[in-house]
Amino acid sequence: MGSKKIVVVGNGMVGHHLVKSLVQTGANCAITVIGEEPRPAYDRVHLSEVFAGREPGELSLVSRETYQQWQVDAHFGDPVSGIDRAAKQVTTRGGHTFAYDKLVLATGSYPFVPAVRGADHKRCMTYRTIDDLGEIKSKAADSRVGTVVGGGLLGLECANALKNLGLQTHVVEFAPDLMGVQLDEGGSRMLRRKVEGLDVTVHTGKNTQRIGPGSGCALRMDFADESHLETDMVVFSAGIRPRDDLARACGLKVGERGGIVIDYRCKTSDTDIFAIGECALFGGRIYGLVAPGYRMAEAVVQQLAGEDGVFSGADMSTRLKLLGVDVGSIGDTHARTPGSIACVFSDERQESYQRLVTTADGKKLLGAVLVGNCEQYDTLLQYHLNGIDLPDEPSSLILPAAGETPTLGMAALPKTATICSCHNVTKGALLTAMDDGCCSFADVKSATAASTGCGGCAAMVKNLVDEELSRRGVVVDRSICEHFPHTRQELYHLASVGEVRSFDAMIAAHGKGMGCDICKPAIASIMASLWNEHVLAKPHVGLQDTNDTFLANMQKDGTYSVVPRIAGGEITPDKLIVLGEVAKKYNLYTKITGGQRIDLFGARVGQLPAIWAELVAAGFETGHAYGKALRTIKSCVGSSWCRYGVQDSVAMAIYLENRYKGLRAPHKLKSAVSGCTRECAEAQSKDFGVIATENGWNLYVCGNGGMKPRHADLFATDLDDETLVRYIDRFLMFYVRTGERLQRTSVWMENLEGGIDYLRAVVIDDKLGIAAQLEAQMAHLVGTYQCEWKAVLEDPAKIRRFRQFVNSDKQDSGVVFVREREQVRPARAEERLHLVESVE
Amino acid sequence: MTALALREWEVVCNAGDLVAGSGVCALVRGIQVAIFYLPQLENPVFALDNHDPIGGANVLSRGIVGDLGGELVIASPLYKQHFNLRTGACVERDDVAVPVYRARLEGDEVLIALPT
Ligand code: SRM
Ligand SMILES: Cc1cc2nc3c(=O)[nH]c(=O)nc-3n(C[C@H](O)[C@H](O)[C@H](O)COP(=O)(O)OP(=O)(O)OC[C@H]3O[C@@H](n4cnc5c(N)ncnc54)[C@H](O)[C@@H]3O)c2cc1C
Ligand code: SF4
Ligand code: FES
Repeated sequence: MGSKKIVVVGNGMVGHHLVKSLVQTGANCAITVIGEEPRPAYDRVHLSEVFAGREPGELSLVSRETYQQWQVDAHFGDPVSGIDRAAKQVTTRGGHTFAYDKLVLATGSYPFVPAVRGADHKRCMTYRTIDDLGEIKSKAADSRVGTVVGGGLLGLECANALKNLGLQTHVVEFAPDLMGVQLDEGGSRMLRRKVEGLDVTVHTGKNTQRIGPGSGCALRMDFADESHLETDMVVFSAGIRPRDDLARACGLKVGERGGIVIDYRCKTSDTDIFAIGECALFGGRIYGLVAPGYRMAEAVVQQLAGEDGVFSGADMSTRLKLLGVDVGSIGDTHARTPGSIACVFSDERQESYQRLVTTADGKKLLGAVLVGNCEQYDTLLQYHLNGIDLPDEPSSLILPAAGETPTLGMAALPKTATICSCHNVTKGALLTAMDDGCCSFADVKSATAASTGCGGCAAMVKNLVDEELSRRGVVVDRSICEHFPHTRQELYHLASVGEVRSFDAMIAAHGKGMGCDICKPAIASIMASLWNEHVLAKPHVGLQDTNDTFLANMQKDGTYSVVPRIAGGEITPDKLIVLGEVAKKYNLYTKITGGQRIDLFGARVGQLPAIWAELVAAGFETGHAYGKALRTIKSCVGSSWCRYGVQDSVAMAIYLENRYKGLRAPHKLKSAVSGCTRECAEAQSKDFGVIATENGWNLYVCGNGGMKPRHADLFATDLDDETLVRYIDRFLMFYVRTGERLQRTSVWMENLEGGIDYLRAVVIDDKLGIAAQLEAQMAHLVGTYQCEWKAVLEDPAKIRRFRQFVNSDKQDSGVVFVREREQVRPARAEERLHLVESVE
Repeated sequence: MTALALREWEVVCNAGDLVAGSGVCALVRGIQVAIFYLPQLENPVFALDNHDPIGGANVLSRGIVGDLGGELVIASPLYKQHFNLRTGACVERDDVAVPVYRARLEGDEVLIALPT
């Protein structure tokens, strides 16, 4: 064939990037990849997310099949053990040899473990691969205390992981400061303060000398200063060392402290061998980040494709969230540039620290350290990378806004400014993508790969797209869908003023076409808020999401979950027994939810009426877990039992839950009532939350947990019962009237012009003169409440809807369960194959 | 021609089993068929396979019917992809489609023709 034989040793992030780029250039090469790990490349940068619940499989960057399609000859689980430069071939431990024309070493690095006696104990680990992760997880399972050795970037990330695993966590650092490489002393001190605030114990200036058996814990670490620490496991994260052993053995030049020496073409001392990524030493340094590795890989690809590719160093600025603390480090953080001057803003109360390092004339930004508040990171990085002149008063960039903090508009950036450093996408490239027809963030993202790496640039890319769109005169259309040229709020108004009572009438009067899965449920919800007819009444059938149609939540296998209302989380033993008996009888998986109630999973559609018949007979009502409606009102035990309670929070929660149950809204509604300021019911994370005071109740509004948590705003204080309920009535109805489709109260508030003050003016001072209307409408809804399940059971026509098949009593053969921890769960695809095979 | 085609039709349920503006599911010779009923149209019944190829469960009959850009579609209740009621094509992904079956309403009877 005459194609060049390229052999790549190492299939980590950088090795894979090289292969992918090489395939994409279409260069005439026969590519062989040899990886030591048993699986193809994966996203090491996001490894820690597995501790927070991500599946390891989701980190995969490529599959074996894709390599096959690309005609890449890939081998996993068998490392290269030797390079024969004379014969131009490599040999693996398994004895296979591969000849090369050009060889690329992308062997990465390994975690450094200091010479400590006892560090080889089986409860001492390192953290770099998916396999390490499994190891850490399994050791954590029987540990109470975990210790990370190393207070750098990776060490703190690892500490975060241990915390996520529920361990009492310690960080032991040899140096006097945390993250000493990236941060200056002040930044480091603030970081420490914040980390300690999160219950992670930090020990700096500790030199570990020996690890042996502990007395209270599995291990005991002894330090040089004669202090010691008891722990059940240790993870070493004390820096990385380049894996240069192969290169060393075949006589390539390596650095004094390790690393395969490369020139600006990424060539080693042998012209046919390249080294890239964390194993390579360029200009006397190892780049321990993924983006520089990608740049090296691209330089090599260009050369293999016959062009001139060079690597000229890379920016090491980083921004991360460690243990939930924002940390940013840009350029020369330590002010080592001769003549540089620094300006610092530190606020111990807000726990935020910012430092700018500028040239002596204050014109250019040389570096920055941000701890606790990284809002200005993007702006500062652009000043730094593009050498943009700083404003006359650089400190205005970090001082809390007395007036406006100057943010660097996208317009100010040159086209050459790199916006996404993971994929090296410039502002110019983003604009070109938009010229070529991309007109949304998603389009631009898939066309340019920007923000598909670490994701750190997402906000910037999104801003750029938005600014550009509005600059180009594209009006953002707020119509709910193609059938109605209106927002939800407008539709609500039209339906209310015109007394429209059905979807058909609505679309005839104000829309076009037949409707869709966006407008149908939205209008059904508006109809429910206005007129409160049964969701399955004739004109509303077919409008609802499946969950509302079947009054249950559809699960991944097409079965449903059943969630009866347990107001305030209070339940009698008898009712608990009923739930247990029903679950047992219908073989339902049972779980206590995050909303203080009990969820029964795995009911087939045809079983729902029978299950509910038993529940309703025992006094249960529907819990509306399926609806954009009031969900739960959590309570804490309150004054009736708790020694600190000042009001009866349980009674109030039950009262409120019964009052608002069934209320349909733009999105679901959640609430909680706490009996004192200790706030055990977490009321401040709810759409409306109530906290008892000595004199009555404080009302909080527009909080949210979930995807984008928002702390609720304190709305009114020391209310008596009656006023409390009156305000909540008004607040809820005002939201129901004006919220957009699927807009929780938190987002609604963020978009409400005038914010909390305006809301107070409407609800408390009745500025719009609608308070009486709002209360009357709420009274109507409260008065017409019906348990939807009870109503279904009383109407044979409605029960007919719950048939698996209209012409057969058979069950859906696609529903297959297996048992796990003594209960059922849906079989996974691979189990399903096996089960079906063994049945047939 | 007609004789051959007719032989394949079979009655699966009555008009009363259908739900206007929505779907139901019938089991026809072991195949789950989702049947949608849009009374305002001249040919008011549509039949697709009930299996959602993306969600991987038998649920399409329980989605919401509507039109998108002038085409009739059913939105899967699991992840909301839309499938064309006439062709089975998925609107969001051109690499997936669901089988479509011929269906018609004759008097009170709903007839389906499965491929032989
Ligand atoms: C069952 C439950 C998990 C559990 O086992 O604990 C659960 C399960 C689901 N949640 Fe949740 N959430 C549950 C408590 C929560 C909580 C905690 C709480 O309520 O105290 C939250 C955060 C609090 C909040 O909402 O502010 C929560 C935030 C979400 C979100 C994100 C909402 C947001 O605005 O960010 C979604 C997605 C959505 O609604 O669009 C969601 C969506 C879902 C859905 C509906 C996803 C789906 O479409 O299948 C799940 C359906 C469950 C089912 O079939 O019954 N779930 N979910 C919890 C039911 C509580 C209950 O008794 O009703
Ligand atoms: C937990 C964690 C968090 C991180 N977070 C960030 C971050 O936020 N931002 C950032 O920029 N970087 C981060 N990094 C660093 C980043 O992951 C690395 O810079 C990047 O993975 C380097 O890529 P690489 O291909 O050079 O090395 P690696 O990804 O380590 O790949 C090298 C591969 O070569 C294999 N190999 C070694 N020797 C041989 C041999 N003889 N034969 C065959 N195969 C061999 C190894 O098994 C390995 O699979 C993080 C790293 C970790 C561990
Ligand atoms: S939606 Fe809620 S219940 Fe479902 S997986 Fe996510 S967090 Fe868990
Ligand atoms: S900077 Fe990492 S994805 Fe763009």
